[in-house]
Amino acid sequence: MNADPRPAVEARAGGAGPDRGVPRRDRPRPADSASRRDAWRGKREAALRRQPSPLGGGVLYLQHVTVSFDGFKALDDLTLHVDPGELLCVIGPNGAGKTTMMDVITGKTRPDEGTVWFGNRIDLLALTEPEIVQVGIGRKFQKPTVFDFLTVFENLELALAGDKSFWHTLVARLTRSDRERIDAVLETTGLASRRDAPAGALAHGQKQWLEIGMLLMQEPKLLLVDEPVAGMTPQETERTGELLLSLAGRHSVVVVEHDMEFVRSIANRVAVLHEGRVLAEGDMDDVQGDPRVIEVYLGA
Amino acid sequence: MLRAELRVGAPAPGGRWTLGLSLAWCLLLLTGPAPAAAADTGDDAFRALVAEFADANFREKEALAERLLATGHPRVRDVLTALLEDRLFERERDRRIFVVESNDERLTAFRLLDPASLDLVDAVAPDLLRRIITNNRLRRFLRGTIARFSLSSADAGVRLEAARELLRGLDDETIELFRRRAAVETDPDVSYEIETALSIAALEDGDPHVRIEAVERLSGRLNPVVHNRLTALVADTGNGGRVEPDADVRAAAADALWQIDSMRNVYSVLETVAFGLSLGSVLVLVAIGLAITFGVMGVINMAHGELMMLGAYTTYVVQLWMPDLIGISLLVAVPAAFLVAGSIGVLIERSVIRFLYGRPLETLLATFGVSLVLQQLVRSVFSANNRAVVTPSWMSGALQFNEAFSLTWNRMYIVLFALLVFALVLAVLRRTRLGLDIRAVSQNRAMARAMGVRTERVDVMTFGLGAGIAGVAGVALTQLTNVGPNLGQSYIVDSFMVVVFGGVGNLWGTLIGGMSLGIANKLLEPFAGAVLGKILVLVVLILFIQRRPRGLFPQTGRAAESM
Amino acid sequence: MTSVRMTGAIGYLPAAIADRASLAFLAVLAAVALAAPILNLAVPESSPLHLSSYAVGLIGKYLCYALLALAVDFIWGYCGILSLGHAAFFALGGYAMGMYLMRQIGARGVYGHPILPDFMVFLNWTDLPWFWYGFDRFWFAMGMVALAPGALAFAFGWLAFRSRVTGVYLSIMTQALTYALMLAFFRNDMGFGGNNGFTDFKDLLGFDLQSDATRSALLAATAVALGASYWLCRTVLASRAGRVLRAIRDAESRTRFLGYRVDAFKLWVFVLSAVLAGVAGALYVPQVGIINPSEFEPINSIEVVIWVAVGGRGTLWGAVAGAVLVNYAKTWFTGALPDLWLYALGALFVGVTLFLPRGLAGIRFPVRRGA
Repeated sequence: MNADPRPAVEARAGGAGPDRGVPRRDRPRPADSASRRDAWRGKREAALRRQPSPLGGGVLYLQHVTVSFDGFKALDDLTLHVDPGELLCVIGPNGAGKTTMMDVITGKTRPDEGTVWFGNRIDLLALTEPEIVQVGIGRKFQKPTVFDFLTVFENLELALAGDKSFWHTLVARLTRSDRERIDAVLETTGLASRRDAPAGALAHGQKQWLEIGMLLMQEPKLLLVDEPVAGMTPQETERTGELLLSLAGRHSVVVVEHDMEFVRSIANRVAVLHEGRVLAEGDMDDVQGDPRVIEVYLGA
Repeated sequence: MLRAELRVGAPAPGGRWTLGLSLAWCLLLLTGPAPAAAADTGDDAFRALVAEFADANFREKEALAERLLATGHPRVRDVLTALLEDRLFERERDRRIFVVESNDERLTAFRLLDPASLDLVDAVAPDLLRRIITNNRLRRFLRGTIARFSLSSADAGVRLEAARELLRGLDDETIELFRRRAAVETDPDVSYEIETALSIAALEDGDPHVRIEAVERLSGRLNPVVHNRLTALVADTGNGGRVEPDADVRAAAADALWQIDSMRNVYSVLETVAFGLSLGSVLVLVAIGLAITFGVMGVINMAHGELMMLGAYTTYVVQLWMPDLIGISLLVAVPAAFLVAGSIGVLIERSVIRFLYGRPLETLLATFGVSLVLQQLVRSVFSANNRAVVTPSWMSGALQFNEAFSLTWNRMYIVLFALLVFALVLAVLRRTRLGLDIRAVSQNRAMARAMGVRTERVDVMTFGLGAGIAGVAGVALTQLTNVGPNLGQSYIVDSFMVVVFGGVGNLWGTLIGGMSLGIANKLLEPFAGAVLGKILVLVVLILFIQRRPRGLFPQTGRAAESM
Repeated sequence: MTSVRMTGAIGYLPAAIADRASLAFLAVLAAVALAAPILNLAVPESSPLHLSSYAVGLIGKYLCYALLALAVDFIWGYCGILSLGHAAFFALGGYAMGMYLMRQIGARGVYGHPILPDFMVFLNWTDLPWFWYGFDRFWFAMGMVALAPGALAFAFGWLAFRSRVTGVYLSIMTQALTYALMLAFFRNDMGFGGNNGFTDFKDLLGFDLQSDATRSALLAATAVALGASYWLCRTVLASRAGRVLRAIRDAESRTRFLGYRVDAFKLWVFVLSAVLAGVAGALYVPQVGIINPSEFEPINSIEVVIWVAVGGRGTLWGAVAGAVLVNYAKTWFTGALPDLWLYALGALFVGVTLFLPRGLAGIRFPVRRGA
């Protein structure tokens, strides 16, 4: 079904972006159902074949992003970038715009101004939410949302990267390699023993890991993780930290978190958000020493 | 909505006769108590003449009426008016003929008045009387006759009605009557009608200049008679010739027609907008309660229509209790309906809805169940038949601006009433402690509770308020539509549309949404017909909601995200 | 929820219907489809085992309702789309069948016109409207039975799901849809017989609709359609697409963030469900002998929802059982205590939502709720 309301996808991706050289067939053509089926693949490949560019080798760039709700600026000229394989922690007091930033990256909220580039080829503002997922951005919500009435295995199966059209899923069968991938993620997240349990029956921490596991199934380039250790026991928190650290390197990870202990234990780079803009950026010690940060956040 | 409009379109119950009745009453008042100056012999002769109606056929009755007029007796008008209004009866016992004070079928006994003196003679059960019947031709004749008679009345209002009546059937005799009256007439309105009549007569003049002058005088007059005559003037005779031989006269007539038509168009647009506003007011009235329960609480109350129905039945019961005070019964019914529907609403909230908060689809189903029970309850108590709610006299009638444009009072009261209710609700939400609590709970339930707001109590009050307003809307609906068990169902889809169209949680959106839907419905009606117009509006609305799922005035920000 | 327990096993079974509940359901259905005609046609009337023709008609009607309930449950129970307008699709299928049956009357109508149905002659129409062409052919009419509701569902769903109209908003929109259609079909100039609709049908494929054999055959055909639809729905639900549907039901935006085009999934199951409802309507019309615009009334659609709720949404056989039970109760009440029926139905709505959120199916298989 061709329901993409924005024909501007191609124009923006091709005309305005820095990927003028990419052949037309690699770009999404929603009008053509056959090529649309391969569109996710085309986008991923285009993204993976990315060469270093004048912008630098970053994975994600937010530039001058502004979002207002009823005159209140949730994001105010926010500029931020994420490097490949790094684990970036974003902290900030309530209302600093952390969740709104995630919403903008994943296409849930459209900014009033600014640009959001994934790599230096893909204009995220021109893509729909499912398309953003398919180019390689996964998001873990603050509240763990897994599908309670499906088993752990089925949850991971649904997250499996691949053609996600209705007609394909109707006839899709799990291949050997699919099963192996699911089993591997079950191992990574430590949920192998709960394979056939309904996800609703998992403990809180296990749900969080399942959700991270679901993100891994999508083979994302960039993982957005919203408050992963809220409500966790110390053991669960520790385990989660290990999990996130093991993911960095293979994936870029952005963690939004309140728990300063936790952030200190995993972060190599920290960005402090305040009133919709980046207040300070650097390693944990630099940031903690910054008087402005102490004033608005740590000092409070 | 359709049904309501049909009723709105036609005058209030028995309204066709209201005009005639008021005319008759004017006449009765005019003639006053019997002067008794006339000789008894005159009275007897008059009675004898009236007695002849008993055996006369229609043609003879016509002749009789002429002869009665010739007597010049002061009661002629009363007797003829009674005949016209089916109030002339023969007592079977002695075959005497009487004028009946009122022929209302609900009366157990008719009060008989002597035709010559109008004194009360007797009160007799209707089945002991025989009505003196009339036919269309006789009635038309009587109307003309009475009007001719009334043209010399002392009351300018009576003369005006009479002149308008006479204009409908102009002949040489009435023109002569008008000409004589023109010399002595002082009232400008009556003079205007007379001038119309004489100008129409002048269209037959042999001199083209006179005809042109007449046409020019008629230009801009909205009386349909004028329109018909001018149209006839420019028409073909059918065999190639023209009704009006003179080209200049024809051109003048065409001009005049164009002018009349464009004025009529303006007035008909005005009228459509007024109809639309009144329909819109009904929608607003119906939707305000929903806007509170749905918009503020997020509760889909499918029994909303039935709460309106309860309000309507409350009005009916109030009128049963105070049959002698119909005039103020509606004013009593408004608070009564608010209380009845409001307490039923509280009952529904306590027994059903409070267990279902946060589960809108289940609430929808459960309240639908409640609506079925309420409908059946009303059927059991009041029977499935429609109940008649009487329209107080201050609500009937119309405000006549001119021949082409009038507004019925009930429409105007509905608009006013809707605005009043809207303003009250707005004031409650904006200015009272309850309103503050309601807004707080609707925006952030947990925070409100933390601040010490008793959210459960607020839920009950909010739902009760919404339900009570539904009841009040029901009172207004009694003046527009039949009061029956299905009253609520016919409005429920429309009212949900209004709320969704206006934007959930926004009372101003409900007001503007309701009014624009009402006007859109009425504007489409002339082109598409009532039903198709309604379908078109629904389709456009469905498309609109696809474009703007949150309505005209959406809530924005975080609160909206969580809805 | 039972379906979850089933799907756990189903993933490894070749057939979607190889679970115990499905097999039992299909066995009961087959038994009804075989026994009813035999007891009606082969057993003499004097025998206590004889099934009256009235009862055959009633069972056939219940099965049509069951198929409609199945269609509603398929989208409500598994995808969270509460349609309050499914009677519209049912009625559209019914009208398509009705048009075929009207054309079959031919010159046997009251006015004896060889082509025009009676109501058109009555309205002084001289030509058959264009949209009546082709309905004299059975295959064409059957195509329209699926196509008319399917196309409407596609158009409506495409608009609604794409702009993310969900929850109660969607329910109200579907109700407005059926309401608008009802008003439209009440109009004489629509060319569908106005308030009176179609009736006085004579025969179907040459078989007399009044004969017991035809009625039994229609009952059997309805049972087959119900069984096939059940199998179809189970197949979809047992596939990965079925798991996506449940995922959409439980956490729609989460599913979207997994990269699924939620609107497309909703659209296709909505269309499929509408087609099933249309088939149910088409089987209903020859068995009750009439179709008119009152079938579009919003209350009909809402009643279907309560059948499903009573039986237990999210279990297909539960929806079927709910439809049969509630309608049996309705038949009984309207015969014995007509005044009490609406009280009973109203109480059912309230009671089921308050006390039996999983319906009757939920009683037999207690749900293990997530933490």
